[in-house]
Amino acid sequence: MASGEQLSAIKDAKVLMVGAGGIGCELLKTLALSGFQDIHIIDMDTIEVSNLNRQFLFRQSHVGQSKAKVAREAVLRFRPQISITPYHANVKDPDFNVDFFKQFNVILNGLDNLDARRHVNRLCLAAGVPLVESGTTGFLGQVTVHIKGQTECYECQPKPAPKTYPVCTITSTPSKFVHCIVWAKDLLFAKLFGDKNQDNDLNVRSNDTASSSDNSEDVFERKKDEDMEQYANRIYNHVFGHNIESALSNEETWKNRNKPRPIYVKDVLTDEPLQQLNGNLETDNNNFSTLSAMSYLGLKNPQDIWSLKENSRVFFAALKLFFSKRHKEIGNLSFDKDDHMAVEFVTAAANIRAASFGIPLHSLFEAKGIAGNIVHAVATTNAIIAGLIVIEAIKVLQNDAKNCRMTYCLEHPARKMLLMPVEPFEPNKSCYVCSETPLLLEVNTKRAKLRDVVEKVVTSKLGMNLPLISHGLNLLYEVGDDLEEDMVANYEANLEKVLSELPYAITGGTVITVEDLQQELVCSINIKHREEFDEEKEPDGMVLHGWTQAPAVEKKDAAATNGASTSTTSNSVPNNLEDDDDLTILESGVETISSGKKRKLSDVSNPEEKRAKKVPEQIDDDIVMLDDISKENENSR
Amino acid sequence: MNGEELTEQETALYDRQIRVWGVDAQRRLSKSHIFVSGLKGTAVEFCKNIVLAGVGSLTLNDDNPVTAEALAANFLIPFDENMGGGGSLAELCCDSLKDFNPMVHVSVEKGDLSSFGVDFFEKFDVVVINCCLLAAKKSVNEKCRKLSKRVAFYSVDCRDSCGEIFVDLQKYCYAKKKIDETVECQLQYPSFEEAIAIPWRSLPKRMSKLYFAMRVVERFEEVEKRKPGETSIADMANVLKLRNELCLAHSLNESQIPDTLLERLVVSTKEFPPVSAVLGGILGQEVIKAISGKGDPLKNFFFFDAVDGKGVIEDISTSTP
Ligand SMILES: [Zn+2]
Repeated sequence: MASGEQLSAIKDAKVLMVGAGGIGCELLKTLALSGFQDIHIIDMDTIEVSNLNRQFLFRQSHVGQSKAKVAREAVLRFRPQISITPYHANVKDPDFNVDFFKQFNVILNGLDNLDARRHVNRLCLAAGVPLVESGTTGFLGQVTVHIKGQTECYECQPKPAPKTYPVCTITSTPSKFVHCIVWAKDLLFAKLFGDKNQDNDLNVRSNDTASSSDNSEDVFERKKDEDMEQYANRIYNHVFGHNIESALSNEETWKNRNKPRPIYVKDVLTDEPLQQLNGNLETDNNNFSTLSAMSYLGLKNPQDIWSLKENSRVFFAALKLFFSKRHKEIGNLSFDKDDHMAVEFVTAAANIRAASFGIPLHSLFEAKGIAGNIVHAVATTNAIIAGLIVIEAIKVLQNDAKNCRMTYCLEHPARKMLLMPVEPFEPNKSCYVCSETPLLLEVNTKRAKLRDVVEKVVTSKLGMNLPLISHGLNLLYEVGDDLEEDMVANYEANLEKVLSELPYAITGGTVITVEDLQQELVCSINIKHREEFDEEKEPDGMVLHGWTQAPAVEKKDAAATNGASTSTTSNSVPNNLEDDDDLTILESGVETISSGKKRKLSDVSNPEEKRAKKVPEQIDDDIVMLDDISKENENSR
Repeated sequence: MNGEELTEQETALYDRQIRVWGVDAQRRLSKSHIFVSGLKGTAVEFCKNIVLAGVGSLTLNDDNPVTAEALAANFLIPFDENMGGGGSLAELCCDSLKDFNPMVHVSVEKGDLSSFGVDFFEKFDVVVINCCLLAAKKSVNEKCRKLSKRVAFYSVDCRDSCGEIFVDLQKYCYAKKKIDETVECQLQYPSFEEAIAIPWRSLPKRMSKLYFAMRVVERFEEVEKRKPGETSIADMANVLKLRNELCLAHSLNESQIPDTLLERLVVSTKEFPPVSAVLGGILGQEVIKAISGKGDPLKNFFFFDAVDGKGVIEDISTSTP
């Protein structure tokens, strides 16, 4: 058991846990058993059925309730004498400011997304509170300690680049199943059931843009005199038949590619009257949660791979169910992996498209994993990682930073080790977050608006929540609740102005300051004017240097670039491991498929796995390998 | 798909883990029967993990009454159920575990572990014993080995912030995944008795010191007829004496079993909860591997010490390593 010294450090400690999910449940339990007396816990999520296989503090009857609150009650049942303070809130809420963080001796992260991790990292740096960071996926996991000035911060190492696909891969030349999923989810589903006013590149760009653009806007609108049957047929024939035909007309595209095959309803569903289905649909009850195209069709096993015909039947059934039973939601729906019918529809549509392009079809189970970007999770890894977090937290509380370790939990042993501790890395001297290194932004100052810089750089890349932008002493832009109305109007007007035409003009050579008052993070950005940007390779129309994403990745072809697979991040396991929760999955990969619009999806294949397998190859000698790791790490900087 | 399919309820509940180990593994898990004797903190962690994973049944054995100490290490027993409740540890843990996953059949088997004959163990696929004496480890392991079907045997111990897991899968075949192919692999495990009988000098160099230290303490408890964990600082002199004798007999340098390490094991015999969590997690993972036939199983000892943070696998078997 713990020594007396340890025990008093534990008893006197006030700790903040961020996240009450897979790792969080295990962590809260282990903290309580270890003797911690004052634990605060933040989590914005509510409990879902798919959490119950590992988030053991929750029961079926808790579904829909606050994770933080239910976790507290569950732990108090066996440890009623300790104090647990739950917050059912987003850690990015302004209430959780630097002063809030300062009251704690250590912060323990059990988070599931990059965005929140970066936010907490900055608050910990600003508050001067040590952070124990963690993540798991499948049998892999890792725990890292970040202490300001002594170790690297969470953002010292490059983060894997968001996965991006060029628009044309998705709309015209898919070669992998994931491309079909993105198309089905972000284009077709969004077009049919989501906000009609959003830009959408669903229709294939063909040479005769003039002739097709007139019709295309109307295609997805159901005509007044059109019955469901006709409408569904028309949609099917349009997206799987006509669109493919018009893509084929562009011969240049198919010179070095296999030509896709247009698929029409009559080719697939020849022998069955679809009306049958209508009858079924009308008579059934309206219970929203049990609506399922699969069950109408007698398809039971989500692991089965459906034929083209079955996929087509699911497509029709789901489409009709949406229009007949969930009509009110149409126009407002966005894809949600917990919406069974949405998953059915996307699976079917992606498979039909895959069939068209000669790509292997997938089961609903697999498609759901890809579409929902579901992170694999098991209870045992979370339990191990939570144990390791507490071990590190106790060292931090005893001011024993020199014995803190970064620990990897591996699937296959490396040098006989399943749990492999390594020394924490030094702070990266050119980290824009924990050192004050300026960034460089290449931008066309005569064309880009301030809004572009705010959206593409300040919020998305720098992860700022409440940004403030100034030029010298002059404020250009600010976000906050307590602003005067005229200031707000002023800032709004600035957003729409081109950089060089702002009241305090931003041109080549200008240095602007960007800060986040909540995160207490200040960055200087040197502006460099540049006329032209490559639309495919530099879709933002500007390039940020010195930001944590490895520049090498940015320069690569945007086609399916995945920063995680580049050698520079071979040691960055901490950055891309995720806890398993759901809402946040959206955050883990941001993908751009049409200009200025963010889309979400990330790779389901697991970069860590490659890494973990790589480690044992270097087994020969104990010390050598540790050296290798740190060298590799330095090289990557 | 052959065999029974998972129910819709199972698919929904186990969605995330099926994505890790697949439907076949999940089906095998749901048909497996596990026996656990000795419900200290580490075993409780293990039970939680495999009940969540969705094994078919879990049988608990621990007739000890609930004491303040047992309660302190146990998150399964609600506080107000306090010592006076009259239930045994197994009974109280059983109630909580049932609640974790209604699809797992959790039950209690009363009686002393040593009273169970060979036939008793036939009902199970996996037998786990926690915090047992040397004699019990040997005898339960042997009983499992006498059966015609393979019953996987595991023992787990946690003292202070150190832990040991022993695994005996007897003759174990599994499909090992290589980059592009799957190869049939066969492993031959020694029994606990066979493993610890291997002369220390013939063990690989750089063996985890914890292995030797655990053998000294285990031997000490046996010689002195103590219950597991019934040692104190007053025993240190005799423990060190025994260490020296064993080192001499095995031609091992005494520095391989440092006084400080022995002292930790002898003096603070309580489990350190974070270490229990780590051991219970590793053990859970290993049992899942053994049942599902997926993944390289651990052969045959695992050691964890929170002081250096290493979780090390040692292969201590008669066959050449
Ligand atoms: Zn940094």
